[in-house]
Amino acid sequence: MQSRPPVDYIERTKALYSSLGHPPYEWVTSAGQPPWSTVSKPLNQSRLAVIASGGIYRHGQVAFHHKDDTSYRKIPVDTPIDRLRVTHFAYDLTAARQDPNAVLPLNALRQLEKEQRIASLSSNALTFMGGIYSSRKVRELLAPALVDELKQDEVDLALLIPV
Amino acid sequence: MEAVGIATVVLSSARSITTSVGTPRTLYLDYPLGQTAGRAGDLREQRSILGAVCQAFEAMTEPGTIHDLPLQWSQSDAWKDVVMRPSAATDPGPASEEEKRLSGDQRTQRHASPQYQFSEDRESADPQCPSCVFLE
Repeated sequence: MQSRPPVDYIERTKALYSSLGHPPYEWVTSAGQPPWSTVSKPLNQSRLAVIASGGIYRHGQVAFHHKDDTSYRKIPVDTPIDRLRVTHFAYDLTAARQDPNAVLPLNALRQLEKEQRIASLSSNALTFMGGIYSSRKVRELLAPALVDELKQDEVDLALLIPV
Repeated sequence: MEAVGIATVVLSSARSITTSVGTPRTLYLDYPLGQTAGRAGDLREQRSILGAVCQAFEAMTEPGTIHDLPLQWSQSDAWKDVVMRPSAATDPGPASEEEKRLSGDQRTQRHASPQYQFSEDRESADPQCPSCVFLE
């Protein structure tokens, strides 16, 4: 079995952009240690939230647009999978449209709750588009709004699923 | 989130980007982008990945740690040669349908209007949508 190192998407994006005549994309780099919160309760007493980028919306909601969309959607965690839709400008949507659990694993999350591996799921999954060029907008606008949602829902833990 | 007492685990299939951003607890899944939570149609795999997420919450103690999930996309890692490579999209070689899909510039035009998966979704969308939060 041949095994190759992980795809370096930063290098490939740079090469792709320069082949298309675009200026180089500036990736976010963070210095120092990431912020850290200790897990204070057993998992089976904890409330778990899920946040996914990747452009997932529910039938009946306004879809995301593809130009630096900073909005987000609240998707009740009991939403049937066949009500989920996926839209995005930058990745192959084949798998996600065939089974949205591949980017927002609601069925498996509901199993965790049913098996009492966790105490509960948050009321809503929170989803957004990603691919927002301004990291400032993400930092100052979107991220604080998502944090507020989690605080209101008295969540202990969050699973983040970027695409 | 961590700053307000909410511990996080990130599932990632883009190791270099996640490393550059710097995330507290990360599980790396070495798959093509677009199925970070497990293969489409494979609930057992999706559930096993969430099992690893639970263990990460319980066992990871070092900020910035990335654990590799012990899963491989396919027998061959050939897909890694073609993803986001401009030449692979135009080569008339024996690329598989999957390789053709993954290669080259995946991006579509960046429209500023909602991009529905199905046109019926547009008709069903509630313009007042209380569960849609617009920040700008």
